[in-house]
Amino acid sequence: MTTTIIIITFLAIFATSLHNARGATMEPCLESMKTASLPDLPYAYDALEPAISEEIMRLHHQKHHQTYVTQYNKALNSLRSAMADGDHSSVVKLQSLIKFNGGGHVNHAIFWKNLAPVHEGGGKPPHDPLSSAIDAHFGSLEGLIQKMNAEGAAVQGSGWVWFGLDRELKRLFVETTANQDPFVTKGSHLVPLIGIDVWEHAYYPQYKNARSEYLKNIWTVINWKYASDVFEKHTRDLDIN
Amino acid sequence: MAASSAVTANYVLKPPPFELDALEPHMSKQTLEFHWGKHHRAYVDNLKKQVLGTELEGKPLEHIIHSTYNNGDLLPAFNNAAQAWNHEFFWESMKPGGGGKPSGELLALLERDFTSYEKFYEEFNAAAATQFGAGWAWLAYANDKLKVVKTPNAVNPLVLGSFPLLTIDVWEHAYYLDFQQNRRPDYIKTFMTNLVSWEAVSARLETAKAASSSSS
Repeated sequence: MTTTIIIITFLAIFATSLHNARGATMEPCLESMKTASLPDLPYAYDALEPAISEEIMRLHHQKHHQTYVTQYNKALNSLRSAMADGDHSSVVKLQSLIKFNGGGHVNHAIFWKNLAPVHEGGGKPPHDPLSSAIDAHFGSLEGLIQKMNAEGAAVQGSGWVWFGLDRELKRLFVETTANQDPFVTKGSHLVPLIGIDVWEHAYYPQYKNARSEYLKNIWTVINWKYASDVFEKHTRDLDIN
Repeated sequence: MAASSAVTANYVLKPPPFELDALEPHMSKQTLEFHWGKHHRAYVDNLKKQVLGTELEGKPLEHIIHSTYNNGDLLPAFNNAAQAWNHEFFWESMKPGGGGKPSGELLALLERDFTSYEKFYEEFNAAAATQFGAGWAWLAYANDKLKVVKTPNAVNPLVLGSFPLLTIDVWEHAYYLDFQQNRRPDYIKTFMTNLVSWEAVSARLETAKAASSSSS
């Protein structure tokens, strides 16, 4: 008991001294801010054929995603300097670059995990509890896929179509985002389960303007296991049926 | 060679003012077959379907664009209407053996409003390169001044109150086949060096000036 009191007292003093120190010096967390890096694909570039060609996977990962990572880190660096200088208008001005490039990084990092080769379970339908939840909200898995494809085809310009969980309303739903806006820009209580990139670069070399064909075929390599795992993680403490 | 009057025609897929292979090697026949033959055609066909049986049916294209822009709260037909207009305008902004520097009054105005052609080029290039996602970069005319504008998706200077004079399409479909590996900057450079029809731009400038002075 006495040991506990000593430890708690020590921690309280330590916490207070940290608080006092912070007031006098620059926030240490900025200096140690982690930059982004391009994640490896969890499969070979040709592993998603014929749904998505090797050519697209290479371009998409090594050029597009890499560019988002590079530009995001550049923007973070500029942000660090602007904050250190107290240059508030630059801080604000950098937000759109951060949202675009950071969003591009976040979205694509999810996307690679949303896909899997057929021999590793790509296209295999989800099991419970996600499966029942999908039936409850969309009637059937086909109903969900149809909705995703319709909304994905209807995106004008560049964007994504998402299948996600609303933790607050305790329901599943389909939503689209523009450009590289991350899913959470539609609400911080939203959890992305499956995202499909409908920027033209995601399908053009293979499908040209036939976005609907791309959307039809991509389901053969969608990684439902990942979606199920994320769904279960977030619904463990919620009461979703 | 058309001035902008052609764009009020009733939703017709006009062919570009050159053969589909005439811009090679700077813009391939394959790109034009898809870009004009599929993308532009789809905008026109879908627009016709969308306005059928509505109060917009039969109205001039520019009227549809303005009313469906709806002060930025876009109505469903805006995308197809504006994209039909934008693409016709785009084809007419190019010609075989185009590019380089303009001359005459257009050059004088560019030098007046941007201090030099090079400064204009820099600004136009930056606008085209930094438009996030899909969109367009424009040279436009308003209040007796030239300016560079970049717009997202289907938006064009008509709805922003200025006269479009020149445009470059920076949707990925415009350059993805010819400038592989996402080389948008090379596409913009090729457009400016080899494709721009300054004659078309000058003709549009005359129309814009005449329209401005008659309404003032």
